[in-house]
Amino acid sequence: MVFQRKHILGLEDLTAEEISLILDTAESMKEVSLRDVKKVPALKGVTVVNLFFEPSTRTRSSFEIAEKRLSADVLNFTPTQSSVVKGETLLDTARNLEAMGATVIVIRHSMSGAPWLLARELDSSIINAGDGSHEHPSQALLDLFTVREVKREIQGLKVVIVGDILHSRVARSNIWGFIKLGAEVRLVGPPTMMPQDVEKMDVKVYYNLEETLKGADVVIMLRIQMERQGSGLFPSLREYSRFYGLTRERLKLAKEDVMLMHPGPINRGVELSSEVADDVHSVILDQVSNGISVRMAMLYLVASGGGNA
Amino acid sequence: MSKIIMDSQTVDRAISRISNQILERNKGAAEIVVIGIRTRGIHIAERIVDRIEKLEGIRPPLGTLDITLYRDDFRRKSEWPSVQKTHIPFSVEDKNVILVDDVIYTGRTTRAAIEAIMDYGRPASIQLVALVDRGHRELPIQADYLGIKVMTQKTEEVKVLLKETDGRDEVVVVEG
Repeated sequence: MVFQRKHILGLEDLTAEEISLILDTAESMKEVSLRDVKKVPALKGVTVVNLFFEPSTRTRSSFEIAEKRLSADVLNFTPTQSSVVKGETLLDTARNLEAMGATVIVIRHSMSGAPWLLARELDSSIINAGDGSHEHPSQALLDLFTVREVKREIQGLKVVIVGDILHSRVARSNIWGFIKLGAEVRLVGPPTMMPQDVEKMDVKVYYNLEETLKGADVVIMLRIQMERQGSGLFPSLREYSRFYGLTRERLKLAKEDVMLMHPGPINRGVELSSEVADDVHSVILDQVSNGISVRMAMLYLVASGGGNA
Repeated sequence: MSKIIMDSQTVDRAISRISNQILERNKGAAEIVVIGIRTRGIHIAERIVDRIEKLEGIRPPLGTLDITLYRDDFRRKSEWPSVQKTHIPFSVEDKNVILVDDVIYTGRTTRAAIEAIMDYGRPASIQLVALVDRGHRELPIQADYLGIKVMTQKTEEVKVLLKETDGRDEVVVVEG
């Protein structure tokens, strides 16, 4: 199968076959990261711009390493130090970067849909590195990759996503991804943090963590955004932690070989206890390593893919 | 129209002769490693390793190489093969690397393979095995060990069929 897409914007758009092709390609990319010389010439002469309108260390660094391992020329564009503070629009900023020769733009923006706007208006390939509370495809793909690597097959797995589903682009992309590859997805969190019509996505909604964890193969903990304290969504961090924080006792309710995941950065003692974060079941650092291979695959496939949208 | 240029017996004899030539030139099997280029080069490489083991009692390490990430026609936007796995579970440092491909044509695959191997270390030498040389080189690259040389038209296709993938050993030149 040949990858025909020019952009990777969200998991909602991708077919199961396309997702599998990205994961297969990432497996080959992983081998490059295990060598002494961690570089291949595949994207020599391709200019990639990392256009991050939101603070991000992990995702941006991961994309940057991926780009460099493929020999692309990399430009990191940080809006706070730029003309954006002078009032330039997103589209004008991106058009200027394209005029400088960018052929792939990796964008993170607080507005949902921003990557689609660029994909529609520009000639470059666009990769969504997180848009508002909408999608975060590279995170979901690396989660799928990490699970597939251990469990071999996604089909039939019971996947639990815990926390602030409403505001989480990680949750949304993971729901699409795991459902498309045939997993059973269970969501759990406070009712105030559950999207209203989420059942339409073919998921099971729970409000009791213990009940949800029974028989789980994979548990994905979402980060509680500290800035949401006092927003009225939950009374206090302590109370949130009491009902939805993951402890060793609670994790015992899941399958014996359960995989514990978290997109980071983790709040020790809030959404999961410190001992659980460092537990044998935790694959949090594997997720980070795998993120590079998955992003290499995404960059390579959009840059080599057909001109079709 | 198609013409059979090698059958099962000639393929077998060629691999046997090549294995002997490798041992002769490298004074045994101690310092060699064998790397097959995906996909048919791998099977030929396996057979060479088997043969060397029979002759010398030493089985040289065997690796597989996918050169997709080293291609030089990236922006040609033609049919892109998907990236397959490379598996070289040994050091090439100071070894004589026997690089194995089924057909040598423009030389571009070999160039890419040489570049890839160099990323794994500094071998003592890289020596090329090709079952078929069909001419039309675009780079100054030649095989050190050759099964058969055949004059072809660029419009023709050279098909290497192997037991492992196609059920029989046969090399055919097919008119385009």
